[in-house]
Amino acid sequence: MLRTSFVLAAALSAFSVNAQQTVKIGMPLELSGQFADTANQMLNGAKTYMKEHGDTVAGKKIEIITKDVGGPAPDVAKRLSQELVVRDNVDILAGFALTPNAMAAGDVSAEAKKFMVVMNAATSAVITKSPYMIRTSVTLPQVMETFGTWAATKGGIKQSYTMVTDYGPGHDSEAAFQSAFKAAGGTIVGSVRFPVANPDFSAFVQRAKDISPESIFIFIPGGAQPAALGKAFAERGIDLKKTKVLGSGETTAEAALKSMGDNALGIITAWHYDYMSKVPLNQKFVKEYQSVANGRNPDFFSIGGYDGMHAIYEALKKTKGNTDAQALVDAAKGLKWESPRGPMMIDPETRDVVQNVYIRRVEKVAGELVNVPFDTIPMVKDPAGERRKTQK
Amino acid sequence: MLSSLAGVLFDGFAYGMLLFLLSVGLSVTLGMMNFVNLAHCSFAMVGAYATFSLVGRHGWPFLATLPMAFIAAAVISVILERTLYRRLYRASDLDQCLFTIGIVFISIAVYAWFYTTEQQSVQVPDWLKGAQHVGAMSFANYRIFLVVIGLAITAALVLLVERTRFGAQVRAAVDNQRMARGLGIDVDRAFMFTFALGGGLAGLGGALSIQMVGLDPTFALAYLVYVLIVVAVGGLGSIGGSFAAAVVLGISDMAGKYYFPWLGAFLIYLVMVALLMWRPQGLFGKR
Repeated sequence: MLRTSFVLAAALSAFSVNAQQTVKIGMPLELSGQFADTANQMLNGAKTYMKEHGDTVAGKKIEIITKDVGGPAPDVAKRLSQELVVRDNVDILAGFALTPNAMAAGDVSAEAKKFMVVMNAATSAVITKSPYMIRTSVTLPQVMETFGTWAATKGGIKQSYTMVTDYGPGHDSEAAFQSAFKAAGGTIVGSVRFPVANPDFSAFVQRAKDISPESIFIFIPGGAQPAALGKAFAERGIDLKKTKVLGSGETTAEAALKSMGDNALGIITAWHYDYMSKVPLNQKFVKEYQSVANGRNPDFFSIGGYDGMHAIYEALKKTKGNTDAQALVDAAKGLKWESPRGPMMIDPETRDVVQNVYIRRVEKVAGELVNVPFDTIPMVKDPAGERRKTQK
Repeated sequence: MLSSLAGVLFDGFAYGMLLFLLSVGLSVTLGMMNFVNLAHCSFAMVGAYATFSLVGRHGWPFLATLPMAFIAAAVISVILERTLYRRLYRASDLDQCLFTIGIVFISIAVYAWFYTTEQQSVQVPDWLKGAQHVGAMSFANYRIFLVVIGLAITAALVLLVERTRFGAQVRAAVDNQRMARGLGIDVDRAFMFTFALGGGLAGLGGALSIQMVGLDPTFALAYLVYVLIVVAVGGLGSIGGSFAAAVVLGISDMAGKYYFPWLGAFLIYLVMVALLMWRPQGLFGKR
């Protein structure tokens, strides 16, 4: 028995010399449940990058191993990350649609010293959980504070009423928008929070209408809710020419625009990516993506996955295939590239994403509803990350 | 003030109609056969995806797809009833729960496979969009449509159950199954038709709800809680009870969000607890 296991161990170690030629990326994803769509879009983004650039970098084959977390479940995300590291011997952890899952996996990355790429989870503090972590998506303060400042200055808006979903990202966006808006001279005339599972918005919209504010700021998760909210605006008779509606990119994402129809005309949003962007790099990406994802269009989850893979590939090129976490994170710091979303960079100090924030308005272009960008705030750093720096 | 009250009442009533359509079938089958069918919302999803496919992929007009949603859900529910459900009629409540919740998860996976997990929407005719404005009040066209359909179906159901031979058989079977069998009523057959009708109504409710709440494969689970609340509050086996419960819950949900938004969607549960403490067997429940 003992001898066989020796032989086995020898065989295994011989095999692992071969296995060294593979870089394994472990992705604990929310592949089933309420956030299945988010995770699938992100995974398809990563796959699109691998299809475009091949699955070999610096002489090593890239292999993705996915596990299903099943939804917002930090304990499961942590256990699966541990399994990926211990049992599947992954070199890199990547993915993470949801903040709680990314937070939990961050501990694993820090303890096991594994390079970790957050491809979505947008709460600012996620990045502090591991020194080996980078983020290629977006942070909420990055967009929302920028938007608040823009609205009160260039946007020429004096007062706003905020409506956000009653969960972490909603609270963060509410705080970020309100503080930046007030700091730039605007006033908040009221605020309301919707429950997370909320099929019908008309009562909340009626409340906002009673106050008749100059503008309404919205933050709600993507999916069914933006469309339902848009319809409630139309039904309650809120005129988007008189009351400006401000929101995040999710408010006017593809599915939302489709089901809101012309009700969406005039909504102003701040975001970092739109699949309709006419930049040639993006058009090429969208085409590739559709072939990977059975005709689906990419969204901001997809671009997070796509750029996340880019960061992994570029970092591996720099380290010549060395998967040591410190080497990889050092290589990723300061990476600059031209993404389908526009120019972006990994901040060498905070390891967080630096990118353009686009201010867009929903308009009809050739019979189709499109988020048309009309202002750009270039290369925005995460303001919350900047504040953490000065606190230290 | 008054106009906002009218708006809240109307919106809540329309929402209640949707809840009624989704839940009335479950109430009747639960009351009749004591069968705990947690997969009821899966039938609603069958109808919803039928409408989505016909409108989105085959270009049917929205209204024409509604009967098809009913038929699709009714057919699927009869097939399942004949092949699977009937084996568990005498099983324990726990077995029935586990079995039907299993069907829910299977249905979610099947629809995710064929339709992806993407959020779907349907195009409704222009006359169903927008709203009617009366003074300061506004009534959404689609909600008016929901109220009309909801009331029409309630009336049809009441006529069917109160005035027809089939209705008499169903009532007899709900009240005392053994006696009904003893009198020569084919309870199995009555139940099959009731099951089909309940499934079909859920399918119709599902199709109508796309425009209000959207559609993805988790639909089968997302509205299950609301449907169960309506059934529990209304009382098993009672159409009038389901109607009253759905309206009370729809309006209290809407009023809660408008007048006490910090309570959020919680008020609906408070109302449920209060009503069940007052009448544990439900508003119109008999046992």
